[in-house]
Amino acid sequence: MKKKYFLNANIIDPHNSIEEIGGLIINEEGKIEAIGKKVNKNNIPSREKFIDLKEKYIFPGLVDMRVFVGEPGYEYKENFKTLSNAAIAGGVTSVVTMPNTSPVIDNVSIVDFLKRRGRDKAKINIFPAASLTKNLEGTNMTEFGLLKKKGIIGFTDGTKTIQNTRLMSRIMRSAYDLDCLVMQHAEDFELSKNGMVNDGIIATKLGLQGIPDLAEKIIIERDLTLLEDFNCRYHVSQISASKSVDIIDQKKDLVDFTTGVSINNLSLNENDVGDFRTFLKLSPPLRTEDDRVSLIKAINKDLIDVIVSDHKPEDEESKRLTFSQAATGASGIETLLSLSLELFHNGSVKLFKIVELLTSNPAKILKINKGNLSIGNNADFCIVDVYKPWIVKKEKIVSKSKNTCIDDKKLQGQVINTFVKGEEMFKI
Amino acid sequence: MAINSNKAIKISKKHLLGIQDLSISDVNLILFEAKKFISLNKSKNKKIDILKGKTQINLFFEPSTRTQSSFELAGKRLGADVMSMNITNSAIKKGETLIDTAMTLNAMHPDIIVIRHQDSGACNLLSQKVNCAVLNAGDGRREHPTQALLDALTIIDRKNKIQGLRIAICGDILHSRVARSNIYLLNMLGAEVNIIGPSNLLPKDINKLGVNTFSDMKKGLKDCDIVMMLRLQNERMTSSFLSSNREYYEYYGLTPDKLNEAKNDALIMHPGPMNRGIEIDTKLADDINKSVIKEQVELGVAVRMACLKIFCQ
Repeated sequence: MKKKYFLNANIIDPHNSIEEIGGLIINEEGKIEAIGKKVNKNNIPSREKFIDLKEKYIFPGLVDMRVFVGEPGYEYKENFKTLSNAAIAGGVTSVVTMPNTSPVIDNVSIVDFLKRRGRDKAKINIFPAASLTKNLEGTNMTEFGLLKKKGIIGFTDGTKTIQNTRLMSRIMRSAYDLDCLVMQHAEDFELSKNGMVNDGIIATKLGLQGIPDLAEKIIIERDLTLLEDFNCRYHVSQISASKSVDIIDQKKDLVDFTTGVSINNLSLNENDVGDFRTFLKLSPPLRTEDDRVSLIKAINKDLIDVIVSDHKPEDEESKRLTFSQAATGASGIETLLSLSLELFHNGSVKLFKIVELLTSNPAKILKINKGNLSIGNNADFCIVDVYKPWIVKKEKIVSKSKNTCIDDKKLQGQVINTFVKGEEMFKI
Repeated sequence: MAINSNKAIKISKKHLLGIQDLSISDVNLILFEAKKFISLNKSKNKKIDILKGKTQINLFFEPSTRTQSSFELAGKRLGADVMSMNITNSAIKKGETLIDTAMTLNAMHPDIIVIRHQDSGACNLLSQKVNCAVLNAGDGRREHPTQALLDALTIIDRKNKIQGLRIAICGDILHSRVARSNIYLLNMLGAEVNIIGPSNLLPKDINKLGVNTFSDMKKGLKDCDIVMMLRLQNERMTSSFLSSNREYYEYYGLTPDKLNEAKNDALIMHPGPMNRGIEIDTKLADDINKSVIKEQVELGVAVRMACLKIFCQ
């Protein structure tokens, strides 16, 4: 590989507290050799070619903590190859894949298969999560220790929640002993049973069963109370409601934990469901505008640590149904960054903060050396034109499944190139 | 009365999916047309031919007696060719999706499809996929527009107005599309609407629709002109909403004692089918001085004729 030189870039690397105009040099092994304002024309041998980025931005490759892939079992929705193509189109270079596959990622033998497939087919870094319980049944724990030795970086039941409090306390104890990360999707299934949209006036008008915000708050409150006694590494996968923000605010001084939010809940609200748009049937559901605003405030108060895409590919057929029959979830990994930039453009969140929540924070929670531009590390990064306007078009979605919930949305900011290990993997 | 007039009738919508979508002039137009059919339905020769050559398909995914027969009769009296699909023997039972069924039916060039479905929004989905008009005969717990229209017609028939009346809707509001459609329509026509039911059977934020809510039935019935009872929809109840039917009757069943709170000339309505002795005292249901339940059924045909006529054109 030839050395690469980028100059005159707006570099944001929250891990190293860099926010400055400067250059980036990548060595022959695809690693970062030098970065920052000291890198300029004078550092480059005169015969070498360099790229002038004209103040476009360089961010570390995004780390997306919540991504569903259809492999194994649902390859028709998404496989590792199509997932990684979609990811790099959105500047994402590392993903945590959910274990809700068929079979479920719940034992060491299947982890070998995953790692092999991920390595052979994906252009990005795949970090599979394993399930907390066998076959996601919520009754028996998986082998956290052995799975961790195989390279599993976190445990979650994905779309499911541990309902049994005693089991949850035991999971926390084991996770503490073995230093494992527990990621909980917070939803009390009795309260949310048959629910499809936020419980409120929209649910009442549409005649759809609602999911109360209490269903989320109760699980978070329970888990954080348990955490006071069984202090493991614990992460709330996604929150959607202001009530959840309140409880997180109350507990923040008492226990250590982290919190994520889906970009969908930061950008949309329940009114967007409109006339039964099944592509906006999400979990957690889109809630009120007040809830959405409280989530943004929570980001600015450091109560939320991570933004995820909650990328959940579903084929057209499972969305072309009545609202109650339709599948839940939206494809979104390739619009994660652009949609997040909307929060910057409308003055809700500072750009540095957004990049932090998409790169260094998730990496820190997962304890992986990604999402940074440290010297000597693999050069995983993206070049972004933060001001470029574009329109999301369903038919241009790279992911195998086109179920975007922001079809026809006008966005500002697009990924121009994505590099993994110093190699250009995506160019617009 | 010139029932056969060819005067162009204008409605602002292509489909009748819900009262929510209608304007007040749409509603007045439907009620005006329906009134004209009341006398026709009482006459000796009940059949006219304004929908001659038109095809009406009834697509009922849920069991229904009065609505389905009412729509069928309405179509036939207007001279349309009416086909009622028997869902239990159809491809839907074999796993066909609603959209595919819609495409199949659409290929047969119907002029109007009447649909009832257990899922809210099913008629909206259907309307996006077919070329003809779609009439909603009840979707999930969302809307049942023709029921609300026939209720309004019944009230106007007896009270000569709706504006300014105090109307109570009592019972299982949560699962009721009839309640939702009536709330929109009665509000639009200027009534004051009281919603009465146990908290477990009231939808979230229902007061935001501009109604007063009561869990004490006597308070809710105070000085009402109309008492609209709803059926307890046990088939939609997935978990414990109520302790027992007898306790429900004690607190929310319409009895002479509770009815005393309403005005002396208050009318009792019920969309049917009734659970006698659960939501309504059986004698009250049959009291010809107070109950207009049979009249609702009668006017239902007229309202559906009006809707078919208007939306077919």
